[in-house]
Amino acid sequence: MGLKENLHKLKMKYEGKKMAPAFNALHTFLYLPNMITKGGTHIKAADDLKRTMNTVILALVPCLIFGMFNAGFQHYAAINGMPEDMSFFSTAFWNMDNFLLGLVTVLPLVIVSYGVGLAIEFLFAVIKGHEVEEGYLVTGMLVPLIVPIDIPLWMLAVAVAFGVVIGKEVFGGTGMNILNPALTIRAFLFFAYPTWMSGDKVWVHEAVERAGTPDAISGETILGSYAQNSDVMYSLQDMFFGFIPGSVGETSKLLIVIGALFLIFTKVGSWRIILSTLIGALVMGLIFNGVVDAGWIQEGSKFYGLMSVPFWQHLIIGSILFGAVYMATDPVSAAQTNKGKWIYGFLIGFISILIRVFNPAYPEGVFLAILLMNVFAPTIDHYVIQGNINKRKKRLKVKTA
Amino acid sequence: MEHLELFFKSIFVDNMVFAYFLGMCSYLAVSKKVSTAVGLGAAVIFVLTVTVPLNWLLDQYILQEGALTWLGPEYADYDLSFLSFILFIATIATMVQLVEIIVEKFSPSLYNSLGIFLPLIAVNCAILGGSLFMQSRDIASIDLALNYGFSSGIGWFLAIVAIAAIREKIRYSNVPAPLRGLGITFIITGLMAIGFMSFGGMLTGGDEETTSLEPSQENSVGMLEEEKGNTNPTAETLVVSDLNNQE
Repeated sequence: MGLKENLHKLKMKYEGKKMAPAFNALHTFLYLPNMITKGGTHIKAADDLKRTMNTVILALVPCLIFGMFNAGFQHYAAINGMPEDMSFFSTAFWNMDNFLLGLVTVLPLVIVSYGVGLAIEFLFAVIKGHEVEEGYLVTGMLVPLIVPIDIPLWMLAVAVAFGVVIGKEVFGGTGMNILNPALTIRAFLFFAYPTWMSGDKVWVHEAVERAGTPDAISGETILGSYAQNSDVMYSLQDMFFGFIPGSVGETSKLLIVIGALFLIFTKVGSWRIILSTLIGALVMGLIFNGVVDAGWIQEGSKFYGLMSVPFWQHLIIGSILFGAVYMATDPVSAAQTNKGKWIYGFLIGFISILIRVFNPAYPEGVFLAILLMNVFAPTIDHYVIQGNINKRKKRLKVKTA
Repeated sequence: MEHLELFFKSIFVDNMVFAYFLGMCSYLAVSKKVSTAVGLGAAVIFVLTVTVPLNWLLDQYILQEGALTWLGPEYADYDLSFLSFILFIATIATMVQLVEIIVEKFSPSLYNSLGIFLPLIAVNCAILGGSLFMQSRDIASIDLALNYGFSSGIGWFLAIVAIAAIREKIRYSNVPAPLRGLGITFIITGLMAIGFMSFGGMLTGGDEETTSLEPSQENSVGMLEEEKGNTNPTAETLVVSDLNNQE
């Protein structure tokens, strides 16, 4: 208990001084505070902000670990060739070589993301004199999972600084932002450094260096292959288990589904948003399938490849599942009303697939679709609430009449 | 199909506010409440829908080079396009006056809450911008011009309603004091523009332009210059030119 006491003493020493929030944050982050309120009645709830954040992080940890193994696996598969017919527990995947390589490539991303982000949070807490908020804990975990493996660390640091300051702190900190900070960070990276964020060379470790050498095999993502109407070399099973190139944490659909169930079970993530996003994506996929079946689009067209993907496969390629489960459900930037959540989620899924298929500039549109709907979430809420008010007014009129 | 494409493109891809940042003054000033924003947005939709086709007629039959041929062959080489600004503005001012009279008559409360910004629609650059874009993009027929005016109006309407809802939502946020008011509104607008970039590049890189994108680097750079203002092809063109370099 030595550390806790020392921290408490430090906190007391700096009480009322400028640095107080920083020590306070460190203390509450590690331990239960010594201070107990006296008297009065309290609402006692287990699901405070810290608990909520930790639940999401718990749901993300499997994705992160899988991402580490996958980073190594893709790297060695690009050199030695892809093993055939892997099951989920195959040792070709879960071995020490893969993990170590993943550790040295993924861990720095996590450290930079948390380091820069939390430093800024501390800074703002000290300047504004409030307690450090827990909001960055989830963002800092999400960021490394949605970037390509070889992103230079300084780019990540710049983007995190942008996302935390412009995306969140200028609005007054956690709970006030209008866009999801993690997605703001990704959007910043995407538009500021496009060569590092898309294409077929960024998804596998050191693929850029290997380009041009004879043993270079393409680290193209599945969406990239479809967009160029070329054949996809991965089986459905690989896609579902996640043995495919992609951003660090988004590849394993199995683990994301498990994470989603966990979030729904703990009532942290909104099942309405997750479900309606998937429905929206399926509907759009069906429409495109219909277009192909009706023969409105020729095989030579550049949209043909993605349009002819069976509609349900849209869910296991790309990052729509990850976006729906971990990004769209962000309680701050999503719609707040229940009816609003259905509309919000449906449009996210719908627009994601629309961008994915129709927009040649972007290989994947999930993150942009979610940002767009974040922009419109307050509008949706406004009209849902207004609709309720009008309905009740009408009911009142009927009653009094 | 052409109509549908123009409709979608003017609302989302070439959004007046988020792609060109036109009509910012009333967008920033009248977006504190959703209800007033809806009123102003509706007025802008109306004015754009009326003025763009009218100005299209002016452009086709009076202003363009050779447009006066219908008067007689001796007028064939007249070029009055230097008059387009003043004539377009005249049309717009007339229409705004009309809207003002109508709104004052039918909705005095909206008239009061819009205040000075209603007559100021006359100098709202989104309105003149609509007419000038119509001219510079060579919109082919009057029904396309009508469609263009209406759909750019809807784009502007969506933008102002969305930001009004956001500003209502953040009313109780602890925004740092120097940023309160206009400062945070500018930041929100920027962030919203990022959201709207999801449509950037859509419809511009359709089937017919595929060929121009692929063969060589010059083409893709040329395309970038062609579509200045349209921020989106950058991601694509950069990647494409990068790939070309490697090949």
